[in-house]
Amino acid sequence: MDKTVNQKAWFLVLPVFLVVAFSAVLPLMTVVNYSMQDTFGNNQFFWNGVGWFKELLDPSTDLGGRFLASLGRNLFFSLVILAIEVPLGIVIALSMPRQGWTVAACLVILALPLLIPWNVVGTIWQIFGRPDIGLMGYVLNHIGLDYNYVSNDIDAWVTVIVMDVWHWTSLVALLCYAGLKSIPEAYYQAAQIDGASRWAVFKAIQLPKMNRVLLIAVLLRFMDSFMIYTEPFVVTGGGPGNSTTFVSIELVKIALGQFDLGKAAALSLVYNLIILIVCWIFYTVMTNAGAERKPQEGAA
Amino acid sequence: MHSIPGRRLIMGLFLIFLLLPIYWLVNMSFKTNAEIVSTMTLWPHAPTLQHYKRIFTDESWYSGYINSLEYVVLNTIISISVALPAAYAFSRYRFLGDKHLFFWLLSNRMAPAAVYALPFFNLYSAIGLFDTPWAVALAHCIFNVPLAVWILEGFVSGVPREIDETAFLDGYSFPRFFIKILVPLIASGIGVAAFFCFMFSWVELLLARTLTSVSAKPIAAIMTRTVSAAGMDWGLLAAAGVLTIIPGALVIWFVRNYIASGFALGRV
Repeated sequence: MDKTVNQKAWFLVLPVFLVVAFSAVLPLMTVVNYSMQDTFGNNQFFWNGVGWFKELLDPSTDLGGRFLASLGRNLFFSLVILAIEVPLGIVIALSMPRQGWTVAACLVILALPLLIPWNVVGTIWQIFGRPDIGLMGYVLNHIGLDYNYVSNDIDAWVTVIVMDVWHWTSLVALLCYAGLKSIPEAYYQAAQIDGASRWAVFKAIQLPKMNRVLLIAVLLRFMDSFMIYTEPFVVTGGGPGNSTTFVSIELVKIALGQFDLGKAAALSLVYNLIILIVCWIFYTVMTNAGAERKPQEGAA
Repeated sequence: MHSIPGRRLIMGLFLIFLLLPIYWLVNMSFKTNAEIVSTMTLWPHAPTLQHYKRIFTDESWYSGYINSLEYVVLNTIISISVALPAAYAFSRYRFLGDKHLFFWLLSNRMAPAAVYALPFFNLYSAIGLFDTPWAVALAHCIFNVPLAVWILEGFVSGVPREIDETAFLDGYSFPRFFIKILVPLIASGIGVAAFFCFMFSWVELLLARTLTSVSAKPIAAIMTRTVSAAGMDWGLLAAAGVLTIIPGALVIWFVRNYIASGFALGRV
């Protein structure tokens, strides 16, 4: 279906444009303004040009070291949770019951963690993992593991990752399930007649149908894990030391903790730029996938 | 043929993994603080409602829930009403800069809230909306409006164009066509979009906390008060946590039949 060219459509888009411009462009201008200046409090500002940006990208300075370290931690975190959540989400989607009331029950329970406020997610795991009052911490310590997320780096990391898997695997699973539901029964019957193995069915029928939703899932999960703030902040506060300080936590520390507006603004811009680039790559891949699909549909 | 061997076991284990931490929170909310700290019990041995009673009788506690619901509802209404016409435009027409505009919108959904916390604080203080539900509702538009446009665009594209053309031939004006024909046709899509707006506005805390101080403080921020000089009030914290889960659980229950299609954002 070809779209008609109609410039009047801009009038329909105008409200959205205004609302988002008000809450995105205006604040971003302030950030650009701050990023070029230094402040010593009392609303006195001094021109600093690209000084902050130079410092930010130089690991030998304090600011640069902190930024690059938290960026590295954040990328590692995003890759680990993607590597766990995407396969697990697919497995869960394939494990969904076929019909009956259990389908609705499973869907409701799966969606539950998604609607819990993020700091409550943090609170739940903060309590659950404590060796003195939490079930998980208590059990782990009683079977002989010396588990304590407050003092041990690795335990803190494991807790944050398990928490994210708990929180977000359902999103991947629900997206995949929606993709699976759209496969017509006839495909499976055809596969059965051809004597296709379980793995062949997955590879040739189910995975291609899930392609688009999986792309959405990976995009959403990557972006949201890349800007994660509340949950690890509540559980570990970025510690022990700086071991779970992700980029957003570092940024809020500099901006609202130290009120170092110039540094925070420069960090914000670089952070935003990274996200914009990744987003653009995904968007291009996604629209191309859509463009490739359409002619096939037309031919079929 | 559809599913994999051992699926019941996998599903069962995963559901237990999801429910166990939540059960632990509910369990703790019914215990006295003495029981929480002194012994490890799998269910409350001396069940008490004291924490819930405290929340429901203390205005500084329950007003938090009202504040949260206020900005969430406001945000959902604003997001859906501005996103609907835009979704129609993106779905039906080509116009100057449409692709760039769509990408720009989408990129705002991905922008980290931490980047905007400080500028928003300055902006909303300057225009006098600081510490009102409007500030939070407008701030949350930055990620909810793009998402609503994205979801609704998928649903509008599912409506055959012939319907528009027939309606216009029948003499419907554009606004009348929009309200009388299009909106009822994509009602489930609007429901899904509203669900997502509700969800992301309800769970966000960083912006909501930065933009409020006293009179519009969300419940999630009030919860941090349970740390006092006398130590942590774990029971109260757990009870407040349980109460924040309930609105979400109710919303899921209402949309349970649309969850699957909804999560595909109308575009499988």
